[in-house]
Amino acid sequence: MKKISDLRLSRRDILKTGGGTLVAMTIMPTGLILGQGNAWAAEAKALKPQTFATLIQACRDIYPHDHLADSFYAKVVMGFDTAAMESEDDKSLFEDGVAALDQSAQNAHGFDYIDTGWEIQRVEILRGMQEDPFFQRLRGTLVTGIYNNPDVWPIFGYEGESAAKGGYIKRGFDDIDWLDTV
Amino acid sequence: MTTNFDLNDDGVVVVIGSGAGGGTLGSELAMKGVKTVILEAGGRHEINDFVNDEWGMFGQISWLDKRTTSGEWRVARDFSGLPAWIVKAVGGSTVHWAGASLRFQEHEFKVRTHYGDIDGANLLDWPIDLAEMEPWYDMAEDRMGVTRTHDIPGLPGNNNFKIMKKGADMLGYKHCHTGRMAINSQPRDGRGSCLQIGFCFQGCKSGAKWSTLYVEIPKGEKTGNLEVRPQSQVLKIEHDSKGKANGVVYADQDGNQRLQKARVVCVAGNSIESPRLLLNSHSSMFPDGLANSSGMVGKHYMRHMTGSVYAIFDKPVHMYRGTTMAGIISDESINDPSRGFVGGYEMETLSLGLPFMGAFLDPGSWGREFASAMEGYENTAGMWLVGEDMPQESNSITLHDSEKDQYGLPAPNVHFDDHPNDIAMRNHAYAQGAAIYNAVGATRTFPTPPYPSTHNLGTNRMSDKASDGVVNKWGQTHDIPNLFVSDGSVFTTGAAENPTLTIVALALRQADHIAAEIGRGNV
Repeated sequence: MKKISDLRLSRRDILKTGGGTLVAMTIMPTGLILGQGNAWAAEAKALKPQTFATLIQACRDIYPHDHLADSFYAKVVMGFDTAAMESEDDKSLFEDGVAALDQSAQNAHGFDYIDTGWEIQRVEILRGMQEDPFFQRLRGTLVTGIYNNPDVWPIFGYEGESAAKGGYIKRGFDDIDWLDTV
Repeated sequence: MTTNFDLNDDGVVVVIGSGAGGGTLGSELAMKGVKTVILEAGGRHEINDFVNDEWGMFGQISWLDKRTTSGEWRVARDFSGLPAWIVKAVGGSTVHWAGASLRFQEHEFKVRTHYGDIDGANLLDWPIDLAEMEPWYDMAEDRMGVTRTHDIPGLPGNNNFKIMKKGADMLGYKHCHTGRMAINSQPRDGRGSCLQIGFCFQGCKSGAKWSTLYVEIPKGEKTGNLEVRPQSQVLKIEHDSKGKANGVVYADQDGNQRLQKARVVCVAGNSIESPRLLLNSHSSMFPDGLANSSGMVGKHYMRHMTGSVYAIFDKPVHMYRGTTMAGIISDESINDPSRGFVGGYEMETLSLGLPFMGAFLDPGSWGREFASAMEGYENTAGMWLVGEDMPQESNSITLHDSEKDQYGLPAPNVHFDDHPNDIAMRNHAYAQGAAIYNAVGATRTFPTPPYPSTHNLGTNRMSDKASDGVVNKWGQTHDIPNLFVSDGSVFTTGAAENPTLTIVALALRQADHIAAEIGRGNV
């Protein structure tokens, strides 16, 4: 049986072939479908596809919500890509930041960040960079990019705007029904 | 009806700021027949402009001008450019306030007497007491429509309150109810009753919550004696050769500088901007700033001991539904030094929407521990802890050496260190808050650090003596008889209670005094 890290290595090789063929080629001969996140790398316009895919993984590792699809993290990374298109400084921030992640991962595990198979290992790498402007940009943007995304709210049980619906006076402001059992 | 006063009209009272202090004072003066101009730095956003959107409203109404921070408080690290979470708009922070309207307790006006000499704190008794304030509190409660006063029933309890109440009962607390809130529980004063919308901090869409924006100021304007000029940032208070205030320089909406002449000037820009304006108004006659012969302008910045406790349960809570802060436990607000600190604190229900929860639950935190806490959002209950903090001279608003605002004036630096008493109180409050939720079966509780300051107090403090305070018992500066301070910066000490009711009561009392002094020809 192949180790996860070997599969990840394959994924990196696929990414290196460029964005256009990504979606088809992530379906491996073994029938395994690798992380959908990499499909989003095709969206990269200013950033390298591998950078784009690595950022999605790093974003998920920063705020890991297993019940959120990659699309929510990809939306944030698309914002980084747009910023990179508009600013050489931002482009360098992300490209250099991912290069530093990869270097750190190579030193520790012999793989690039995205191919480092276990979350605990990747988080350790992030932990070592958490004071850097690159990390702070990712985390700071994610705070609103994830938790201020109205499409995310129902998944967390938050209902958003209420005045247009007449508030909660007739919609459950006091509907808690389990306190008597405490 | 729109009234316009001439820039050269030197018979007007100029009030700087339109929040709880300035908005109340200006409107009350107008109703007493005094010609008044309120200069407000922010824009005028009416109820129709409010949106149930935490970050959207934050961007629309918050005071986001250049500010810096220093000191050991965690806000300086997490929100270095945002020491205070207050409003820049007509209505000031009464647009986003929660509505909690509590009187100070008798001993809280006389803490030097009751607490003694606390190392590192400059405790001082107020030059007024509860008996003197009672009629003004009564008038303020009536105007604001405070629940549980004047035969106004309490608000109904929401889910977040019901959990607090259950825990309070189980711990044996005796004083837990849905609060004294300046939010209509029934139609009153031409405004409807609370629709349990939530989003109290984003501006009340129903108008059930009292705000100077749509309650006081329109009444003042209706008299024809009040003009409110929005987008008018005051830069400097001018004085004549005798040292009396005679006008203010402000930047209008187009950035043009204007000079409004004045008979009396009242400063009500909240506890960062008010001392900053006095300091920035230095002149050859007053080289250390106006009203600063004591050196106390900007000193003794207080922000209340604050913190929050959030708890996750195994079943849904939906804490964000309904009135944000209609729930209180007052048992810990007493002064009982056997707990390891002087003064006391209130416990009040609080909820944040998912967007603010992400930013404030544990600022800067990330990873699976944080993410799993966020995933408990639907099952989360929350409370805010607010108590008396110690006035320390080194906690202060000062003018920054190099950083400037958009008008080229020195930006304010806000320096704050917790006093050991503040820390002991916060730790006690965290433990009690967690105990309340654990009693109701919480599966996980979190101590959340203080948010950027919403209660900013004490930087022009009131004292009988001109040597250790900036204003006298009327809020009149000791140095300049026709210069007044009319906001929470006059607080000698902070007490445990949310400050707005006291600011409004002091403003009503000050309006009475200023009108009488004008009548007597003294100012």
